[in-house]
Amino acid sequence: MKDVQYNRTTVWPLGGGQPDNCYTLITGLDTYKTYLALMNIDTDQIIPAEYLTLVPSKPEEYEKLGSYALIGLPTELYEKRFIEEGRMKTQYPIVIGGQNFGCGSSREHAPVAMGAAGAKVVVAQTYARIFFRNCVSTGELYPCETDLRLCEELETGEEVEVDMNKDVLTVLATGKQYQLKPIGEAGPVVDAGGIFEYARRTGMMKVA
Amino acid sequence: MANLVDTFSSSFAGTGLTFKRHKSQRCVQQVCRNAIAAPPASSRTPSSTGVVKKALTMTEKILAKHSNNTSVVPGQNIWTSVDKLMTHDVCGPGTFGIFQREFGENAQVWDPTKIVIIPDHYIFTSDPRANRNVDILRDMVNKYGIKYFYDITDRSDFRANPDYKGVCHIALAQEGHCKPGEVLFGTDSHTCNAGAFGQFATGIGNTDAGFILGTGKLLIKVPPTIRFVLEGEMPSYLLAKDLILQIIGEITVAGGTYKAMEFTGPVIEAMTMEDRMTICNMVVEAGGKNGVCPPDETTFDYVRQRTDEPFEAVHADSGAGYIEEYRFDVSKIEPLVAAPHSPDNRRNARDCRDVKIDRVYIGSCTGGKTEDFMAAAKLLHKAGGQVKVPTFLVPATQRVWADLYGMPVAGCDGKTAAQIFEAAGCDTPAPPSCAACLGGPKDTFARMNEPQVCVSTTNRNFPGRMGHKDGQVYLASPYTAAASALAGTVADPRDYGV
Repeated sequence: MKDVQYNRTTVWPLGGGQPDNCYTLITGLDTYKTYLALMNIDTDQIIPAEYLTLVPSKPEEYEKLGSYALIGLPTELYEKRFIEEGRMKTQYPIVIGGQNFGCGSSREHAPVAMGAAGAKVVVAQTYARIFFRNCVSTGELYPCETDLRLCEELETGEEVEVDMNKDVLTVLATGKQYQLKPIGEAGPVVDAGGIFEYARRTGMMKVA
Repeated sequence: MANLVDTFSSSFAGTGLTFKRHKSQRCVQQVCRNAIAAPPASSRTPSSTGVVKKALTMTEKILAKHSNNTSVVPGQNIWTSVDKLMTHDVCGPGTFGIFQREFGENAQVWDPTKIVIIPDHYIFTSDPRANRNVDILRDMVNKYGIKYFYDITDRSDFRANPDYKGVCHIALAQEGHCKPGEVLFGTDSHTCNAGAFGQFATGIGNTDAGFILGTGKLLIKVPPTIRFVLEGEMPSYLLAKDLILQIIGEITVAGGTYKAMEFTGPVIEAMTMEDRMTICNMVVEAGGKNGVCPPDETTFDYVRQRTDEPFEAVHADSGAGYIEEYRFDVSKIEPLVAAPHSPDNRRNARDCRDVKIDRVYIGSCTGGKTEDFMAAAKLLHKAGGQVKVPTFLVPATQRVWADLYGMPVAGCDGKTAAQIFEAAGCDTPAPPSCAACLGGPKDTFARMNEPQVCVSTTNRNFPGRMGHKDGQVYLASPYTAAASALAGTVADPRDYGV
C-alpha cells in the first residue's frame, strides 16, 4: 500500500508538546474508500455477541476481533462486506453512518473491532453516547459528526478525503465538499491513542 | 386517573419562565421543551461564597455530592468519585488487561471492597474462550483481593455453586449492592437498571472501567434531566414493560441521548422495586445516560433487607430545572410491542395479531425477574390451555429460579410458576444467565440459530440481537409474551383474561 496507512504517531509533533491538530487523515490512494451504514447501527451489528469472548487487551485477540467488524449487518441490506471473506482488514477506512451510530450495548469491543480492522474515521449525524466515549478513550476511531445525511449522498467504495484540520470531507471524483463539525478536544485524545496515552503526553499522568 | 387539566402551568425556579400546555386527546402530553439556563459561573470557591442554594434534579444532586461541589449544572464536566464498579465475564478480562497495562503489574486496585464481579453472560457453554474468561476473573479476584465475586466452577449444575447468582444487574440489586444516592458504574449498558434505587448508574467501556480500577474516579459530563410523570390508574393488563416501551416509542431510540431520565408520579410510587428496575433498565434503549426513580419506603425496605451498609437518599429539589417534561396517562396505554428491528418501533399488540411467531422467550435483566415470571404464569393459569410455540424460560438469578419453584403465584390455587409453566407445556426453566438475550456462543440456551420470529421480554431487537441476523424479535411484557405463546401469534393479553 502506498500510503500512509494513517499512523497516529506521525501526527504527533516529534519532541513532544501539544498536538498541532493539523492532519489530513486519509491521503493514501487506495485507502480512502467509504463504507456506508444506515441509521441506528447498534453495537450488536458492529460486533455480534458471539465474538465478545475475544479479549481486546490481548494483542492476538485484538487482531481477530477486527476481522469480525460489522459482520452483524444484515446481508440483504449490505451487499458488500466491510471485510472480505478470508481477510483480516477492511478496504474501507472511512465509515459513513446516519443517526445514533453505535447505539445499544456498551461493549468497547465495537470501536476496537472497527479500529483493529483498519477503520480510521466514522462520519455520522449523531452517535450513541457510550460508543462515542469508547471511540475517544480507546483512541481507536475519530467519531466525526456532520449535520448532513451523508449515508444518502455517498456510495460504498466512493473515494473521499477527510481533512480534520478544515473539518471537510471531499469526494475525490467530483470535488464536492461536505462540512463536518469540529471534533474539538476529543481529537488530540484520539491522536494520542486514547486517554491514558494522552494523559501521559500532557503530563496528567506520571510516566513510569 | 387524575384527569389532565385543561391547561397546565409550571415554572422553573430561577428562570422566571412559565410554560403552559393545552389538553390533548393523546395519552402523552409534552409539557414543555426548554433548555435550562445555566447560572452565571463564579470563579470564587464555595468556601468564600458560602453555600450556594440552587434547585437540583436527583441526578445533579448525586453528582454534586460525589464531586465535592455544592452545585453542578448540565454540561459541566466533573470528576465523580465511584461507590461501586461492576464488571462481568465479557468485559472484566479486558478491563483488568487495561488496568495492568496502564497502571503496571504491581499496581493495586483503588478499593477491593467496592468492586463487584458477576459472571453471567457466557456461562453454560462449551466455548473454551468463554470458560477461560471466567477463569481470568477468578485469577484477578485472587490477585487483587476483590471482595465480591459470584463465582461458578461447576457448570454442569448451577445449584452446586451457591456463590453463583446470574444476571449481573438483578444480582446487584438482590445482593444489596444497589443503594440510594450512590454512584455505580458497570461495563454493561444496562447498568442503568440500578437507577431504580435512586442512584446514579450507567454503563461504560473497558478503558473507562480500567481507569476506575486504578483511581476510583471518572470524568463525566453532568446530563440534563428529562422528567417523566406517570399518572392515572394502571390497568390490570399492563406491566412496567409496556410503560417503558411507550416512553421509548415516544422519544425514540436517541431521544434520551446524553440525558438523565427521571421517572416520577403516582404510578411510579405504587410500583415495586422490580417494576422500577424494568423501567430504568431500558433507558439506554432511548440512548439515556441514566434513569432514576425517587427513593421511598419501598426502596428503603428492599435495600435494608439486603444490606446493613448505610446510605443517604437524595431527592430532587422542588423547582429543579428539567430540559423536558412528559406526562403520561397510563390508563390510556394499551399492551405494546416493539416490532423488529428497533426498541422504538412501538405498536399496539392487538395490531400485530396477524404476526405468526416461532417461539417465546422470557428472561434477561429486563424481563426475567420473579415478578415477570409470576405475571406470565398468572396469565397462563387464568387462560388455561397449552402453548403453541416453544416457550423458553430463563430466570435472571438463582433466587428467581428458586422463586419459580418455591413461591405460589397469587390467585392461582397455590400453584407455583414452575407447575403452571409445566402444565402449559413450556420448556423447563433454564440455569440463570443472560442466555439468548444477546445471542452469544452458538450453543447458548434458546439462541436463535434460525431466522425465526420471537416474542421476547428482553430489551433489544436490533438485527441479530438474539443470534440469527435475519431473525425477528418483538419486545413485549411478560403478559403479552405469555398470551402470544398461547396464540402462536403476537397476542393482546386482554384476550386472555388479565
